[in-house]
Amino acid sequence: MPRLLRSPKILTGLFLSVVFAVLAIAGPFLAPYSPDSHASTTIGIAQPPSAAHLLGTTQTQQDVLSQLLVGGRSTVLVALVAGVVATVLAVGFGVAAGYLGGWADDLLSMLANIFLVLPALPLLIVIFGLLGKGGSPNDLLIGFIISATGWAFGARQLRAETLSMRSLDYVDSARIIGERRWRIMAFEILPNLIPVVATSFLFTVIYGVGTYTALSFLGVINTSHWSWGTMLYWAQNAQAAQDVHLEWWWFLPPGLAVGLFGTGLALLNFGIDEYVNPRLRSAGLTGRRARRAGLPRRSRIGMTPVLPTQGAAR
Amino acid sequence: MTTTERTGTGRVDGGVPVLEARSLVKYFPVRRARFGVGGSAVHAVEDVTLALPESGITAVVGESGSGKSTLARMLAQLIKPTSGSVLLDGKPAVPGRSYARAVQLVLQDPFESLNPVHSVRYHLARPLQVHGLTGGASLDGLVTELLERVSLTPADEFIAKLPHELSGGQRQRVAIARALAVRPRVLLADEPVSMLDVSIRLGLLNLLADLRDRDGLAVLYVTHDIASARYLADQIAVMYAGQVVESGPAAPLTDEPAHPYTQLLLSAAPDPDRPTPPTLAAQGAPPNLTRPPSGCRFHPRCPHAMTVCTQTAPPAFALTGGHSSACWLHARDLTAAQSQPLQGRGRGGQDDGPQQATAKETPA
Amino acid sequence: MSGQRTVAQGTLATPDPPGAGALIEVAGLHVDYGFGQDAVHAVVDVDFSLHRGEVLGLAGESGSGKSTLAYAVTRLLGPPGLITAGQVRFRGSVDMLSATEHELRGLRWNDIAVVLQASMNALNPVSRIGAQFADVLHAHRPRMSRAAMRKRSGELLEMVGIPADRLRSYPHELSGGMRQRVLIAMALALDPAVVIMDEPTTALDVVTQREILQELTALRDRLNFAVLFISHDLSLLVEIADSIAVMYAGRLVELGPAGDVYRAPRHPYSLGLLGSFPPMHGPHKRMQGIPGSPPDLRTPPAGCAFNPRCRYAFDRCDADPHPPLFALGDGRAAACWLQDGTETVPEALAGKTGVRP
Repeated sequence: MPRLLRSPKILTGLFLSVVFAVLAIAGPFLAPYSPDSHASTTIGIAQPPSAAHLLGTTQTQQDVLSQLLVGGRSTVLVALVAGVVATVLAVGFGVAAGYLGGWADDLLSMLANIFLVLPALPLLIVIFGLLGKGGSPNDLLIGFIISATGWAFGARQLRAETLSMRSLDYVDSARIIGERRWRIMAFEILPNLIPVVATSFLFTVIYGVGTYTALSFLGVINTSHWSWGTMLYWAQNAQAAQDVHLEWWWFLPPGLAVGLFGTGLALLNFGIDEYVNPRLRSAGLTGRRARRAGLPRRSRIGMTPVLPTQGAAR
Repeated sequence: MTTTERTGTGRVDGGVPVLEARSLVKYFPVRRARFGVGGSAVHAVEDVTLALPESGITAVVGESGSGKSTLARMLAQLIKPTSGSVLLDGKPAVPGRSYARAVQLVLQDPFESLNPVHSVRYHLARPLQVHGLTGGASLDGLVTELLERVSLTPADEFIAKLPHELSGGQRQRVAIARALAVRPRVLLADEPVSMLDVSIRLGLLNLLADLRDRDGLAVLYVTHDIASARYLADQIAVMYAGQVVESGPAAPLTDEPAHPYTQLLLSAAPDPDRPTPPTLAAQGAPPNLTRPPSGCRFHPRCPHAMTVCTQTAPPAFALTGGHSSACWLHARDLTAAQSQPLQGRGRGGQDDGPQQATAKETPA
Repeated sequence: MSGQRTVAQGTLATPDPPGAGALIEVAGLHVDYGFGQDAVHAVVDVDFSLHRGEVLGLAGESGSGKSTLAYAVTRLLGPPGLITAGQVRFRGSVDMLSATEHELRGLRWNDIAVVLQASMNALNPVSRIGAQFADVLHAHRPRMSRAAMRKRSGELLEMVGIPADRLRSYPHELSGGMRQRVLIAMALALDPAVVIMDEPTTALDVVTQREILQELTALRDRLNFAVLFISHDLSLLVEIADSIAVMYAGRLVELGPAGDVYRAPRHPYSLGLLGSFPPMHGPHKRMQGIPGSPPDLRTPPAGCAFNPRCRYAFDRCDADPHPPLFALGDGRAAACWLQDGTETVPEALAGKTGVRP
């Protein structure tokens, strides 16, 4: 574990993810104003950042920072729910299809392929359109619906991994000992797939953020339900990016927030990859100390580095 | 043609062998027959009869592609035979829990035989729990006892370790301990030491010998190394291209091999005590098992091949002392036409050269 | 001479033609994996030399450093390999460790060829054999005509016992043994002075192995190249090598002519290793291998690397540092405190033929 924390990628990714996780929990409590409240009803121009409004205001004098914090909870929550549900589905379908084979595999694979082929965004627009814009949408429900379009890719990945593990000696040994099939899937195969599952989860969360933001931006989801996407919707509506005076404080924060959140998760993913695959690590050969000792910056195939020393052979 | 005695190995004093293979055949389909036409199969195991006596070690020696691993897996009921039967105590074996309690398998790769996420304790406890053998004594106590049986002591040092913290030899010992947990009567070991360092192989082989002596286990030792088979086993069966070509007691078989393939194996094996470098009497490679040679499968490479060898597969001829060899050279009444040597071969003659070196290697 | 360190360099191989110096001389080589505190010392202080026409067998088990040594000598060791000390000289003049990439490229394949472990998988599966030969020849002899390359490739295949028309085959159409022969032919394509072979026959069956080794010996007799043959199978090395070097935990522990090392080993590890191969003749006798297992190179034992498993270990073995290679005359050397001239040598290690416990 300690080695995990030495990688700069993991540290950065972890830091970013934790920041946003904290935001999701504490955001609405930290918001100085309610995101809907209008600071004034007379001014019609968005105000740049000031002492009273750290990120400025929207055209209708709503506090951008408050919107960001409240919207953050919704966005992060939806993304997490989408990630968790999609991953559970992917594990269930993928491992079962891979291990059981035969007609079970055919059936489950067919289902996964159907969901994979469905165009996600148009489908979601249709679904949310049908659900109607009335009432306040439930973040959990949104997460569930988004997850339905995001589980199939992971399922195929896990099925492939399970297939390659099925003929491993220790799985054969478990069969010979007489373990039941579900136990083999759950306790012999799945624990070895944790890195793949983790990667799949993180990717799906990123997918969830992107999709939810896109749907809110398009106005498909109730636009009074605050999320980063909704902020962008209103900013777009007010042409904040096209005006003569660019109202950068309005569209930049939510956009950056989505970007940073995604980056944090992606870095975590790369870090996990590096940890799991020792060949991606360079064992200290390219660090600062090595370069100070005279080693080349990059190892080249066919030119094994030689440590420069003063004399010849000892 | 002489009436021949079909002899298996290891039938000691007429007693019923613990585990027996009767005329086992396994074909692996390569291409599915479309509308009843086409379709080919790898003839991996062809009509193998083998008996494992109690308290004895039987070695199956062969190269990769000889079918020895497939045979072991059929005996373990991991693979279903195409035809033929497996008998446990003389009665047809039924795959299931009770079979798993009687017959266990140890595999070759010490790095793959244990699940990397589970501790030694988990590996050894599971078979006990699955078969309900934990009554009375504590689980840890039983696990400790198993570790002591395979000389992994002090046991508490090993009990919590994960596989990657153990050496290859230690991992194989854990695999053997796991197999012993259910108190089987037969232990099938498929190349258990091939992937281990040379200096620790004997330790494990001696362990198998001790299990035979102390617990009366019937052990099947599958290997490509005839020297270790000679060291460990009571009986040896030599397999080539899916068939048993020779079998008998270990020392006489290796001192005086009767089948040309066994002779080839022994001349090719490393032997530093040999005064002069060996001359190989046969050339070429094992045959493609999707289209095995007619008659005796060794005839394309055999320096003594005769006409009859291309026509009919030889039965196992009984020689002295439980030794048997499936080769027409031992037949006593072949006609002149049948015993006509093939072109370029002859009794004691040399083969012509590498014309046969075009056969593809087959999957093991 | 007690306690004097004697480095057995250049005095060990079988007699070579007069005036021929060593082709490869390695002195004090240290190779690590990784850099800094966690570096693993894979090869520690190895000296040996290879002469023209000699077959030197490098024997050892996992973790012995034999493969690392072979790749480090040719600077082919991949990351995180790192050569931390020592000298490697080719033909006495080229310093391999400070050579430029250009110089190394000139040496590789022309003068030093390598056949890697399981290299039958090193052939490009989508390219015909002839094309792959052409690649090799073209890279080093750019002016060679297509016809000349084809002729040479055909000759090389015939040399290893494969009909020349197989140049048109794809690798998957050849058996494992034939592919390995193709790799050997490729290694010999430019008539190198040294061929390094890392477990070339381990993945093949015994009969094919024997055939290939016979061909190799015949070729060596004809073309007089030197071979560094790496294998864990000591009984095989005794049959084909002129001299044997035994490695353990990254160090050279015994060196000497093959037959002598087999009949009268001087290091307890060699003795134990030789006792791990069951004989093909004689009455059945219970044998022991060597107790314990090869050490984890991340935490090597104190003193002599072999001492935890050694039957003859005494107080100096973990108190003193790892013993150097002591020259024992007649081209023999062993890295054991028992052989430093001051201790009584047990009978099994005294160099008397045929005494084996």
